[in-house]
Amino acid sequence: MNEVKLFLGPQHPGMHGNYSVHMYVDGDIIEKARPTPGFLHRGFEKLMERRHWMGNLALIPRICVPEPDINEFVYAQGIEMLANIEVPDKAHWIRMLVLEMARVMVHLMSLGFIGGPTGMYTATYWAIAQRDLILDLFEELCGARIYHMYIVPGGVRKDLPEGFTDRVLAMMDELEVKIPEYEELILKHPIIHARAKDNIMLPAEVVWELGVTGIGMRSATGEENDLRKVKPYAHYDKVEFEVPTATYSDALTRLNLKVREMYQSMRIIRQVIDKMPAEGPVNVPVSPGNALRWTVPEGMVYSAVESSRGEYGYFIVSDGSEMPYRIAVRGASFPQGLLGIEKYLKGHRIDDASIWMDTMGVCSPEIDR
Amino acid sequence: MNKDKSIFSPIKAWKYLLRKPVTVLKKDIFDKPREAALRYRGFHQNDWEKCLGCGTCSKICPTNAITMVEVDSLEEKEGYKNERPAFDYGRCCYCAICVDICPSDSLNMSREYLHMSTDADTFYTLADSKGIHRDNFDKGYVRDSDSELLDLVRYEMEHEPVGRKTSFLEIVKGYSLEKALAESARCVECGICTETCPARMNIPEYIKSVWEGDMKGAVGYLYKTNPLANVCGRICTHKCEDVCALSIRGEAISIRWLKRFIVDNTPMDEYEEAALEFVTEPVNGKVAIVGSGPSGLSCGYYLRTLGYEVDIYEEKALPGGVIRYGGPEYRLPEESVLKDIGMIEKSGVNFICNTKVGRDIQLDELHKKYDAVFLGTGLSLSRPLKIPGGEHTDVEYAIPFLGQTRDYLRELADMPDIHEKAIVIGGGNVAFDVGRTLIRLQQIKYGADYVSIAALEHRDILPCDLEELEEGEEEGVRGHFGYGPDEIVIKDGKITGLRVKKVVSIFDEDGSFDPKYDDSDSFVIEGTQVYIATGQMPEYAFFDEAMLEQVEIARGQVKVGEKGQFGNFPWLFAGGDIVQGPDIITGVANGHDSAEGIDAYIRQKNM
Repeated sequence: MNEVKLFLGPQHPGMHGNYSVHMYVDGDIIEKARPTPGFLHRGFEKLMERRHWMGNLALIPRICVPEPDINEFVYAQGIEMLANIEVPDKAHWIRMLVLEMARVMVHLMSLGFIGGPTGMYTATYWAIAQRDLILDLFEELCGARIYHMYIVPGGVRKDLPEGFTDRVLAMMDELEVKIPEYEELILKHPIIHARAKDNIMLPAEVVWELGVTGIGMRSATGEENDLRKVKPYAHYDKVEFEVPTATYSDALTRLNLKVREMYQSMRIIRQVIDKMPAEGPVNVPVSPGNALRWTVPEGMVYSAVESSRGEYGYFIVSDGSEMPYRIAVRGASFPQGLLGIEKYLKGHRIDDASIWMDTMGVCSPEIDR
Repeated sequence: MNKDKSIFSPIKAWKYLLRKPVTVLKKDIFDKPREAALRYRGFHQNDWEKCLGCGTCSKICPTNAITMVEVDSLEEKEGYKNERPAFDYGRCCYCAICVDICPSDSLNMSREYLHMSTDADTFYTLADSKGIHRDNFDKGYVRDSDSELLDLVRYEMEHEPVGRKTSFLEIVKGYSLEKALAESARCVECGICTETCPARMNIPEYIKSVWEGDMKGAVGYLYKTNPLANVCGRICTHKCEDVCALSIRGEAISIRWLKRFIVDNTPMDEYEEAALEFVTEPVNGKVAIVGSGPSGLSCGYYLRTLGYEVDIYEEKALPGGVIRYGGPEYRLPEESVLKDIGMIEKSGVNFICNTKVGRDIQLDELHKKYDAVFLGTGLSLSRPLKIPGGEHTDVEYAIPFLGQTRDYLRELADMPDIHEKAIVIGGGNVAFDVGRTLIRLQQIKYGADYVSIAALEHRDILPCDLEELEEGEEEGVRGHFGYGPDEIVIKDGKITGLRVKKVVSIFDEDGSFDPKYDDSDSFVIEGTQVYIATGQMPEYAFFDEAMLEQVEIARGQVKVGEKGQFGNFPWLFAGGDIVQGPDIITGVANGHDSAEGIDAYIRQKNM
């Protein structure tokens, strides 16, 4: 029989960005899969070497569109480590607030987007509408909905607007009512069950083999491996939260963990709002001089954050000048998004490829970067 | 989670039909658009009244979306450029970093976010305060102290404490490397300073060189426009700092002290290499310069870089003019004067001292011997003050006194004969130079000081620099400001004081100098010696009568063309104080201009 080759992407197949998988199929079973990244390549790492330390702030959020804040955070944290800067107390709390709001936002989005590959768009509409209300809050906080450019080296760009925390609390109150409805609609739905339960498995061996982190790792191995716990940054050591885990990782388990993480994030946000000081500086200068001439002391550092998809890090090298010498991005979806597809997508049905990408947490700009 | 749903459970979803939608309906997008958040980063707004045209927004823009565009309709104003930022919304990423760094506080983002057009050109706009569609939207994102991206506070140089007044030790200590780097990192390279500097010094360039650690390059930039960098690094009137973009919201960059840092901290071999890089063989002609003050030195140096043989005639024993005999040692130490003059001498300029043109050699002879002559004779005479008692032998004038003090410190003259209590008349920098020099000499001679200064102007409108006034008062100058001299009180042939009376007004209705006094408010300032520092005058003895008729002199200043050329005598050029009044940096600029004028004249002549 002749080999049939099909293309998944590079147009947006669901939510994973402009990414392409070449699938060689026999009937509706994938015999061989070739991930083909590069459709989105914007050369972030190289561009960063040609921009001022501050100017990069406008570029890096684009490495992960649904969750831009992790980029700002690892970048700022790395510079602070190199420059040996102590970030003000309030800035740490605000950063946690932002990071957790972003986590809720992105989990909502991926929960909703399961509707794409399963053909149940109601889920998408509901979850995205709710996500938009969180975007409203971000707009109020920093002036933009998607690319926040809010966490800056030395702290955060501006203090919280008046009454902001009240509106965050109100948003969460509403969300706590809505999430059960989404669970009802999505996680208990027979169609989703048919497609996601006992399907698209991620065995623990594969996790160890590829270096999968985040929900993938926690759902398959039962390890409580969350950077917020094992290597706390900001003030994560001062809040209480649990790391949901499982030992059987099918697509449905991973979706379930996302919902449970949302509850934990909201739990963290409530504690942050409670513990955050009302007054106090929100940033400190990272370097003498104006932003055109900020320099970062010579050295190299690895700065990491627990993103919604796993460990997300920047390896930053500074030669002491006003621009980075080299920055390498460790995208959380790199292991499963590139090697994982190549090795483990085969054997699945064609129509499961999108669910595979969705629930494994593949974000193509992280791979292209 | 178990699948426990019946086939009918999706009915629950129907309640969503009754909920208010999160999205805006298509028909409402234009008529009832959603209002953006208060901090929204929408299209830019720029207040043209405030905007300096400094271009800092354009430099920081990570997407190169901002271009500075020349706007011809803008009025020329000192400290402003006639450029305004234009935004390309095809490139802008709305990060608002431009807003956070704007030195003039003119730029902000608005809450306007809708623009649709099939014409790509409409996405490129010269933003003003009304916004892209001139709709006067509310302000959105604005800079605040948290989002500040400038470093507004100056890194101060250390000063000697007030005990300094017992010696002529230099008051201001230089920058350390660390401080110089931090200070130079504050510069936004707008170049507004350059446009204001009389000599058009490459200020942003040399500050950048300091920041980059390229000291030799920095010296090279200094010598491009100013061969008296040591002197100007210490006593320049720094008009550049008055217009510095950072001074709008914070403190101006210490341009003068950074210049001093460069000249003080560059290794001598690199310094010399950079300073003499463009000096060439003297093959193009011979030029005589009358007077070795700032303008003469500058003219001589640049003529050497243009390939001319240069002789400078100096009346006094040492070259330098006002920088050798005028500025006080505690502000302008001898070493820095020597470094500047020494470098100019190394460039091949020949000094002929103790030779006064008009007395020892005539202008005519110079005309015959040389291809061109430059006059930079400065203001060498003190302006006399005609008040009763002014003829007394204990009445001294500022210029000879300061000159003798410098010679005394060089061990070439005796200490000036100073009394225990002295009075200075005048309110300018020279008056304070005299007063503070007197304090030091009194401290050396008597171990105590008593110096009073009487000036027509009130304290807040004194013509001297603020730092002179503050430091002078710190050292113990007794100021009587707003009082004019009436008479010098003499008893038994000796001065006992100066009677002053209150000034009502200094200028008449036409703005001419015509002080009016209130005779009822007068008193005597105690002192046995009076120093007059009320101004200097030029001396034109070198012009013979025939020339004097053809030379235009107005208010003591000679009138010359753009490059210092005399209209009636194309071989004759002039610059410095006799052309533009007392200011060292203006003199340097005149000297440079005249060197170019002389070069053009000689080339024309030889063609």
